[in-house]
Amino acid sequence: MRLLFGTLFSLLVAAAVGLGTTYFAITRGAAFGALRIGAWTAWPKTGTQDADPYARAEIARTGRLPVALGDGLMFVARADDRGKRLDGRCEVTISGITPAARFWTLTLYNPEGALVPNSINRYAFTSQEIVRRGDGSFEIVVAPRASAGNWLPTGGIERYMLALRFYDTAVGVATKEGREVPMPAVKTRSCP
Amino acid sequence: MIRWALLLFGGALLGGIVHLATIIILPRTATQDAYSRLAPIAPVNSVVSLPEPTPEKAIMPLMDPAFASAICRYDLSQGPMKLTVPIGLAYTSVSFYTDRDIAYYAINDRSAGRRAIELDLMTAEQHSEMPEDEEITAADRLIVESPTRTGLIAIRALAPEPGLMPMAKRAVDGARCQRTDLAKQSD
Repeated sequence: MRLLFGTLFSLLVAAAVGLGTTYFAITRGAAFGALRIGAWTAWPKTGTQDADPYARAEIARTGRLPVALGDGLMFVARADDRGKRLDGRCEVTISGITPAARFWTLTLYNPEGALVPNSINRYAFTSQEIVRRGDGSFEIVVAPRASAGNWLPTGGIERYMLALRFYDTAVGVATKEGREVPMPAVKTRSCP
Repeated sequence: MIRWALLLFGGALLGGIVHLATIIILPRTATQDAYSRLAPIAPVNSVVSLPEPTPEKAIMPLMDPAFASAICRYDLSQGPMKLTVPIGLAYTSVSFYTDRDIAYYAINDRSAGRRAIELDLMTAEQHSEMPEDEEITAADRLIVESPTRTGLIAIRALAPEPGLMPMAKRAVDGARCQRTDLAKQSD
């Protein structure tokens, strides 16, 4: 009897630990070789044949087609520079400059990777659309209510993520955090 | 007490094995991966343009709404393929994926350097079987080797502003993918 309980206990622990860590790894992105710059994270190897088993599992589970490294690189932010989760009811600013690339796009998704409905049907900005300051830097306001300048609506959802994709860029597997990759700052300005 | 601690330890160890096993098996058992999602709408060896992603409906998560995209689901078992993509006004790229959605090659309009991206797709086996003389005439053609017999080619053109989306769509609609032997017959 004691043996039976003992085995059962061990198997339960195994299932909880095994499946729990797998779920966590796939939803939070546990692939190796992450490039973290400020609030932004990219997995350059995920867009190549060298994608590790964690990247492969995440790709299969979410059903997305990763951006191939020869095409570009996607950075994701789920929290601001201070680590506060991005909240669609707050006003968040994205400001600064970006690494060299022919084009970039900034898109707002819900945590499942779907676009978020809003009154003006704007889901993204491309590098060509935004209004810049005299020195070439920019500020994008991500907020539920309309705002002057570059406004990216959140639709008031609680959690969202931002994807910043660089196309035709030298940023890749060999890139280290540093001056060549100046990523824009993500700041939560005000919350209701 | 020690007995339970040992059981807990053993369970955690076994959990590690379960974790690694599920991570490795997952791609093989996934039914909602990009290839399976696209297979019903994309007939083999032809280009299908994908509908723009909207909040209500998107064929895949994390699609970039600034791009017009099309897919060619290929099968090389009958022979090599030929791909031609006219270049859009801003940025056009062609990415190659295996049937497990792993990107193995990508090219964009600038690296192609001409008015259209033209290339031949074949398996390593088909490449080595290519006759020598054809290899010479093929010198200026770009040859891409696919690690798998089936896979996906994603053709994407950027619309730098929403108003330019129709032009980007026209660029991807002009893409052709066809078996090389059939393409020769139609010439």
